[in-house]
Amino acid sequence: MPHDVADLVAAAKGGDREAFDELVRETYTSTYTLAYRLIGNEDDARDVVQEAYLRAYRGLRRFRGDALFTTWLYRITANCAATHLGRRARHRHDPLDEALPVADTRSDRDPQLRADADDLHGRLQDALADLPARLRAVVVLRDVYDLPHEAIAAELGISESAAKVRLHRARHKLREQLFGRHDDEASRAG
Amino acid sequence: MPDVRCEDLADDLAATAEGLGTLGRAQRRHVERCLRCQAEVVQYRKLLRAMHSMRTQVLEPAPGLLADVLASIESAGERRAISSLLSGRRIAYVSGLAAATAAGAAGAIVYATRTRRTRLAG
Repeated sequence: MPHDVADLVAAAKGGDREAFDELVRETYTSTYTLAYRLIGNEDDARDVVQEAYLRAYRGLRRFRGDALFTTWLYRITANCAATHLGRRARHRHDPLDEALPVADTRSDRDPQLRADADDLHGRLQDALADLPARLRAVVVLRDVYDLPHEAIAAELGISESAAKVRLHRARHKLREQLFGRHDDEASRAG
Repeated sequence: MPDVRCEDLADDLAATAEGLGTLGRAQRRHVERCLRCQAEVVQYRKLLRAMHSMRTQVLEPAPGLLADVLASIESAGERRAISSLLSGRRIAYVSGLAAATAAGAAGAIVYATRTRRTRLAG
């Protein structure tokens, strides 16, 4: 059984179910990681991962191979996450306040691991969790996963200019939360 | 050269840190002289480096996710196989009907032709 992703994709496109199963084994943790970063809680992230692989399975014949399989899968995952968040917003009984964090995941983290991790990375995780979902999605897809603006816009169902505006806002909020406001300090030093 | 304010560059500094922005000459001169803007560029660079490094960090899901995904794929595969089987049978059925219809039409033509010949002969 070939473990090269390209070989697995070719075999799966030809109808080899085992090859597709192997693709799932090779990629499911990174897919889950992306889903969790976009959704903010484990249960919903698992639902998104299942939906993403089902859609990948059904649509694999349409995968042209002009992008990496993982990139294609990330786009599907982003689209599933956006759909899931939209569904969640419609089912809430109180108005969705996008200023509120989607979920506080900090209690899920092992304090010992956090103590050992780089301080900036730990604070970045917290800052990302504090972002509204619609801003977090764009900044994660762009700055972590390097998806181009047009792909992000397409998968989130927004315009490219809206994606860029959200990216700028997200980066601005993250920078302020991580480094504070240096306006007064730098002005005095300058 | 018009004065450039820090607020004018707020949108451009992150792109500059990313290596994508193109600052004009006046903007570059401002950044070269402004500690606040320089500090922002440095902060954006640190932020972007930290974000990029997250790509290699993987979160381990709770046990059972892989099994659930494979099970749902298997169900989808079974449904697809059954659907193909049914589609195949439907095609055979419709083909059979079409063949029977064509045969019937051909028979009717032959009968009509013979009947006409008999009338003409008679």
